[in-house]
This record gives sequence, C-alpha cells and structure tokens, in this order.
Amino acid sequence: MSESPASLLDGARSVVGVRDLRRDFDGRVILDGLDLEIAAGEFVALIGTSGSGKTTLLRLIGGVDEGATGELSVPDERAIVFQSHRLLPWSRVWSNVALGLRGPDVRARAIEALREVGLADHADAYPKTLSGGESQRVALARALVRNPRLLLLDEPFGALDALTRSKAQNLVARLWAQHRPAVLLVTHDVDEALLLADRVVLLADGRIAAEYPVDLPRPRVVGTPALFDLRRQLLSGLGLDPSTMENS
Amino acid sequence: MSVFPATVPTVAAPTVKASVPTGRRRPRSGPLRTGLLKASGLVAVLLVWQLAAGAGWLGLLIPSPGQVVAAAVELVVSGRLQSNLTASVDRVAKGLAFGLSVGLLLGLVAGLVKTAEHVIDPPLQALRMIPHLALLPVFIVWFGIGDTSKIALILIGPLFPIYLNVLHGIRGVDSGLVEAARSFGLGRLEVIRRVILPGASPQIFIGLRQALGVAWLTLVVAELVAAPQGIGTLLSDARDALRMDIIFVLLIIYALLGVATDLFVRVLEKHSLRWRAGFDGE
Repeated sequence: MSESPASLLDGARSVVGVRDLRRDFDGRVILDGLDLEIAAGEFVALIGTSGSGKTTLLRLIGGVDEGATGELSVPDERAIVFQSHRLLPWSRVWSNVALGLRGPDVRARAIEALREVGLADHADAYPKTLSGGESQRVALARALVRNPRLLLLDEPFGALDALTRSKAQNLVARLWAQHRPAVLLVTHDVDEALLLADRVVLLADGRIAAEYPVDLPRPRVVGTPALFDLRRQLLSGLGLDPSTMENS
Repeated sequence: MSVFPATVPTVAAPTVKASVPTGRRRPRSGPLRTGLLKASGLVAVLLVWQLAAGAGWLGLLIPSPGQVVAAAVELVVSGRLQSNLTASVDRVAKGLAFGLSVGLLLGLVAGLVKTAEHVIDPPLQALRMIPHLALLPVFIVWFGIGDTSKIALILIGPLFPIYLNVLHGIRGVDSGLVEAARSFGLGRLEVIRRVILPGASPQIFIGLRQALGVAWLTLVVAELVAAPQGIGTLLSDARDALRMDIIFVLLIIYALLGVATDLFVRVLEKHSLRWRAGFDGE
C-alpha cells in the first residue's frame, strides 16, 4: 500500500483519498478496487449490509489494519471512536481521554474535552462507574481532544438504547458543527446516516455502489418528506423492500 | 464434657428492608459481624484444643495451647527465635528477589514477543515438571550446605508460578485495547506500561501469591536439611530434643509468616485493582 499526500489526488480540499483499495482475508475478498474521496470538513456516512466491509474500510483508513493494497491517503491527525468504547478500565476517565497526548496541560485539555461531552464531573472516576452512553461520550472526547482533521466513527452508537442513541447523535452533530473535522461514520442505521451526513455512500460487493448526497438543512428531523424519499432510496439500495420497512 | 460456651455468634434475625432505593443489594453483614464470624472458628478450635489437653485426652505428645505459649515466651526471651527468624526471612527475601525478578522478566519477554515464547516456554515447561524440592541434593553438591544452596532452591520455586501467570496475564489482555492505544499514537513501551501491564496485573497478583506460598514451603524443606541457623534448624533441634511444645510454636510461626505475606499482597492487590468491576460475591 502506498501513501501519497492528499493534494496529489484531488486538490487540496480532499482529506481522504482512496484509490483501487483491495483487502482480502485468507483469500476472501472484502474490498475489491474501492475508490473514495472525503473533502475537508465533510460528513460522510458509510452504509452497507452486514459483512459488506464497512468496518474493514474504516480500519484501513484509520491505520489499524495495514493489510491492503492500493492507494490510500489519510491525514496523520485522525482519531477513531470504536464500536465498543475501548476505555482502559484501570485508568481514570481523564487519563483515558489524555491517552497518548503530548505537550503541556494534558489534564486540562482532557477535562476541557470532557466538558464538551458533558462529563467533566466524571474526570476522576473509573470507567466502571459510567453507563454505556457515558462511556461512548468519553470515547468521543478522547477522539476530539486530538483536534482531528478526520474523525472515524465505527458504529459508535450501535449498542445504545434509542433515547441515548438519539442524544449521542445530536451531540455528534453539534460537535461536528463546532469543530468541522471530516467524518466517516460507519453505520447500519439508515436514519442515523440521513440525520447526520452530507453524503451517504453505500458499500456493496467491495466497492462504493452508490452515493446519495443529503442536501438538506440541519438540524434534520426523521420523517420529513425529503428525508423520507431518500430513506426509500437507501433502503432499496441495501436490497430491502422499503414498503415493508416503513415503521422499522 | 463440660458445656461449651457460646463461641459461635448467634445469627441475627434477617431484617427486611421495604425498598432499597439504589436498587443494589445491601450487604448482609457489617464489618463487626464479619470479623466475629471469621474469629469464631479459630476461637472454637483453640478452646476445644485446650479443653481436650486439660482433660488429658491428647497424651504427652500433643502440648496444650498454654504450653505452646510458654515455649514461645521461652524462645523469645532467650533470643533464639529472633536470630533464627532473621536468618530465615533473609533467605526467603533473597531467594524471592531473584526468583520473582527472573520469573517476571521471562514472563514479560515470552508474553510480549511470540518468537521469545517459542524459545523460552518449552524448556521452562520441562523444568517445571521437576519437583523443585528434589533439586536440593543437587544444589548442596553444587553450592555447599551454606546459604547459597538454600537461596538457590527458594529462587527456583517461585519462578514458575510468576512466569506462568505473567505470560497468561499478558495473553489475556484485550487486544482491542492494545489496538486502540496504538491508534492514539502510543509507542511500544507506552503500550506495555499503560495497557499490557495493568491488564495483566490481576493475574500477576495471583502468581505473586502462589510464589510467596511456594517460597515459604521451600524454606522449610531447605532448612530441615542441614542449616546452621533458621526456623528449620530450630525445628530439627526441637525434634531431636522431643520438645513438642517448641515444634508447635514453630509450626504456628510458619503459618503466621505465610499469612503475613499473603495479607501484604492482598492489601497491595486491593489498592492496585480498585478499578476492577468484577463480581465481589454476595
């Protein structure tokens, strides 16, 4: 896998450039010549059926998987929020947020990031005292404290209950609007993708099979006619019959 | 037989709490009740022992608790206990210092580097199968009957439990946490310090407790076979003089030494592992 500066690929505005990316696991091809660009500050949601390679693509872009071939250009300032929070149970909350941070005032910076997700009070607690939603917010603070140019979210709200998930989605929308990193959100939740993203890309057969720009003002509300229409398109793109899914 | 005094505390009638707002189960016992429960069994044993000895059921070869206390006082007043205890503790400390360090180091290297595990593990597993106490004759031939052979034996015993538990502790660390730490830019040493060692620490503590137990056991055997000084020397002297009261004092001292070190590790463990969210028992 060769890396090249983003500017070579598609102008200076591109933060992520992926060309002809291939990844297989023991001969089973997951990504098969995939191309993807993400512009600076753009919020992209990646959807696809289970096993389509969404997480594989995120891990390659995030640099935790290096087994692919093709061209991949990503910024060094990137941070991942994993599907499970992956906080260190033996480190206090602030210390988890500060993990790997360098420079002065590490604790103060960590606490400031915690304040942004509403958990500054828990800075000195251990992760075992947090709820699932709180843990995920700490994981979000741990990513944001690095001022990433690219934020990678791997189904971060999948395990949360509906109410907590909705709050977490609003939090992400607000933080994205304030900090404007480019975001790649992996999700299987069509509504979540439509609420948050500028563009929804559909992964199928190892490539980007379709793209759906979501050119709607924010904040968005599920159930408005324009979103409803896009939702039908996305669901049929996923191979589901929208008429049977309307109340899901 | 005379009537037993009520040494076993009566069980308090269960108090029914209407509703517990926290939703958590209230502990059934306070610290006082727990303490009494823990002491009651021991007190009962001592009482039965004293009563049985007083009634003459135990014969001449089993001293009464009173006689054991008297023998202990005798040993302390003459200063023999202190000097021999110091010699023994010194041996255990030296043996443990080397044994724990080597075991920890081997466990770390094998745990962190797969290639090293392939090289280190098979010979260690083979050596582990030799009961290390059987090495005493060999060590006496190699190192003489002085302190060196005893320290060498105490070194070997604790090495294996520490090695095994460090290795397995490291293998049990959640690889997702290691991956996350790496993704946040932690270097190799930082990953070891912040993720792998703390993650392995519960298992390492288990290894430490086993190692300390083995160390004391090894001390007994090593000192019983020719030693100029030590608890074991006192023990074999007492055997030759048929001083059963002194033998009992020494047995109790072995027990206390074991309890003291175990308690030390438990306190350390409780402090270091307070982040754990494990099941504490009901």
